[in-house]
Amino acid sequence: MQVSVYRYNPDVDDKPRMRDMSIELPEGQDLMVLDLLERLKEQDPSLSYRRSCREGVCGSDGINMNGLNGLACITPVSQVAKRGKLALRPLPGLPVIRDLVVDMGQFFDQFEKVRPYLINETPPPAQERLQSPEQRAELDGLYECILCGCCSTACPSFWWNPDKFVGPAGLLQAYRFLADSRDTAGDERLRDLEDPFSVFRCRGIMNCVNVCPKGLNPTRAIGKIRGLLVKQGT
Amino acid sequence: MRKLAFDGLIVGGGGAGLRAALELAQSGLKTAVISKVFPTRSHTVSAQGGITCAIASEDPDDDWRWHMYDTVKGSDYIGDQDAIEYMCSEGPQAVFELEHMGLPFSRTESGRIYQRPFGGQSKDYGKGGQAARTCAAADRTGHALLHTLYQANVKNGATFLNEWFAVDLVKNQDGAVTGVIAIEIETGEVVHVASRATVLATGGAGRIYASTTNALMNTGDGVGMALRAGFPVQDIEMWQFHPTGIAGAGVLVTEGCRGEGGYLINKDGERFMERYAPTAKDLAGRDVVARSMVIEILEGRGCGEAADHVLLKLDHLGEAVLNSRLPGILELSRTFAHADPVRQPIPVVPTCHYMMGGIPTQVRGQALTQDEAGQDRAIEGLYAAGEAACVSVHGANRLGGNSLLDLIVFGRAAGLHIEQAVRHGISRREASESDLEAAYARLARWNASTAGESVAALKRELQNCMQASFGVFRTEKHMRKGIETLKGLRDRINRAHLPDKSKAFNTARLEALELDNLFEVAYATAIAAEGRRESRGAHAREDHQQRDDENWLCHSLYFPDDERVAKRAVNFEPATVPVFEPMERRY
Repeated sequence: MQVSVYRYNPDVDDKPRMRDMSIELPEGQDLMVLDLLERLKEQDPSLSYRRSCREGVCGSDGINMNGLNGLACITPVSQVAKRGKLALRPLPGLPVIRDLVVDMGQFFDQFEKVRPYLINETPPPAQERLQSPEQRAELDGLYECILCGCCSTACPSFWWNPDKFVGPAGLLQAYRFLADSRDTAGDERLRDLEDPFSVFRCRGIMNCVNVCPKGLNPTRAIGKIRGLLVKQGT
Repeated sequence: MRKLAFDGLIVGGGGAGLRAALELAQSGLKTAVISKVFPTRSHTVSAQGGITCAIASEDPDDDWRWHMYDTVKGSDYIGDQDAIEYMCSEGPQAVFELEHMGLPFSRTESGRIYQRPFGGQSKDYGKGGQAARTCAAADRTGHALLHTLYQANVKNGATFLNEWFAVDLVKNQDGAVTGVIAIEIETGEVVHVASRATVLATGGAGRIYASTTNALMNTGDGVGMALRAGFPVQDIEMWQFHPTGIAGAGVLVTEGCRGEGGYLINKDGERFMERYAPTAKDLAGRDVVARSMVIEILEGRGCGEAADHVLLKLDHLGEAVLNSRLPGILELSRTFAHADPVRQPIPVVPTCHYMMGGIPTQVRGQALTQDEAGQDRAIEGLYAAGEAACVSVHGANRLGGNSLLDLIVFGRAAGLHIEQAVRHGISRREASESDLEAAYARLARWNASTAGESVAALKRELQNCMQASFGVFRTEKHMRKGIETLKGLRDRINRAHLPDKSKAFNTARLEALELDNLFEVAYATAIAAEGRRESRGAHAREDHQQRDDENWLCHSLYFPDDERVAKRAVNFEPATVPVFEPMERRY
């Protein structure tokens, strides 16, 4: 199989290039893209990418496979290869450090901007704060985010304004805390988001939903935040 | 070499490291966390089923002493009873703190934290039947816990050196630890990070085996650093094989599946655990279940074309329960086993999962060695917590759900202790140029290599050797052969080649450094396993099938300099409860 891999090493390269590598695939086994990368790295140890859990929960190996963002470790080669060809690129829109490794600084800055932690200044009880199963169910589809960055780097609004638009991942986190019955800072959280950029640059094109490897729906969370902002404004 | 200096330095950004970091961030001391990955990528994220703790939600009469009894019994009586007492009694407070930080636990109808049954759990000191003591956030408890701890650290303004790789400990002329040499991965710059207290919270080393549930980065970096610095490791022969790794892929399937009512079957469809553990059945200790599965396979009752696995049956639980309680397992099984648990059983096989041994520590996290008279002596400046440490609460076999509790209880304890120690004042001689050179030597060796074997090929040989000779069942003959293979590998690794010498984000260099760590842990495991001539917990010897309390009711302590295995007394002196005397272990 032909694999075309984005290569850039700032120590030696003036500019990035796509490099073709060929690899024999074992018969009767559908490898994950990460397995493919590991085999390519045995051929050429200088190939760099992030990876760790190899089961889709740590969020390290978000890359772009034949144009689609996803996690290399849970994407079968057969699902993304077209006519025996596969192009592997770093997540789009972020500065490239080396090969498939991007600088996620802007992504994490936006994450931190939404104050991604529970705020509740009332003294906690001796045991847990109570929460009904229904209240807890409000967090399903929100807390599972693994911060892989696939969504925000598939979002044109984030490409254009990575410093001002929070992006789908950060907004999913923002809503995760807005939706938590234990959080008491809802009003302040909304005030932080009411400028024209933080939330309202979302154009609802749903690239984030299409690429999320955990099947989450940031667009819906953004819609809920918009609803709360409108309600608060009236 | 650039130098950074801190009051407290934590190496590792998983559950233990982040819990210690949080304590120190709140103290106002100058502290930092070095993590080779962004903290939420740490392997704690993969923990599924939950955190075991007597918070008395499912059973209002639950008692931390019952949890302590289960843990002592699970450890096959070489867990330290003072440490287990501390963990089980402090546990509820530590879990409630996590909840107050925002951890999205699943809930009961009354709004309390949901708890599920796990293996080895009982009520009333084994006399009251199965307990349900494992607090869960669906089957993503580790993810929820790790993200919550990271969030709390963001809130408290902790300092992170993310994507930095700690290479080796720096020791001064008095043998005290004064920090580490580390690589800033993005630039490749080597930095001397000095600290008055250094905590190794680097997790396990499951990648010493060919088949493991562990992340690719679980290479025992902290244990490797400690061994290279000449410090001992404790009970390192004790490796847990989790009963349910997905056959072929190694991916973990939580014990919570059996807690929710799933069970194992052989090729005849027989629920075979009823024969091996008539009372607890599929919820016996992990060592017991793993051995039973291997016996089924060896005796020809395995499933599949190669008869090399058994099946975990879940479909009878119904789709609604599976969706709400085990959604992550549905995902993993569909992806990696091509089996939908709603309709089909999951092919599973015992898979390396957890390192019970590690750097011996006091209850408050300070690392220990022995003096010439065999007495405990604290290692100045060095602490350890979590899987890298051996405090020891797991002894010869860890109970499911106790690892997450270990992380937060002892991460917190280490943080508190360091804060006190720093406030009391620590004065220590600075590392000299030659001390730094000693710590830099290994990295310099790789950087100067011009030819030799490849890291990937040597790693594979190492993993295959450990799998073949130090697996679920062990015998003298195979272990001797394994040790010979490892000795050959040591020479070859010392002459191996790093072809790529570039600086920016050079993962080949990291993998070379990780291989050294894997080797140190593997070799220590091999010598200690050969040395312990009995069967206890996860250490099952075909040539010494009985537990031998007369000679081996003790910790093993492996010293790297002379490759010696010494013995260390187990603590049988809990402070507030009567001691649990060793008994025969039955489930």
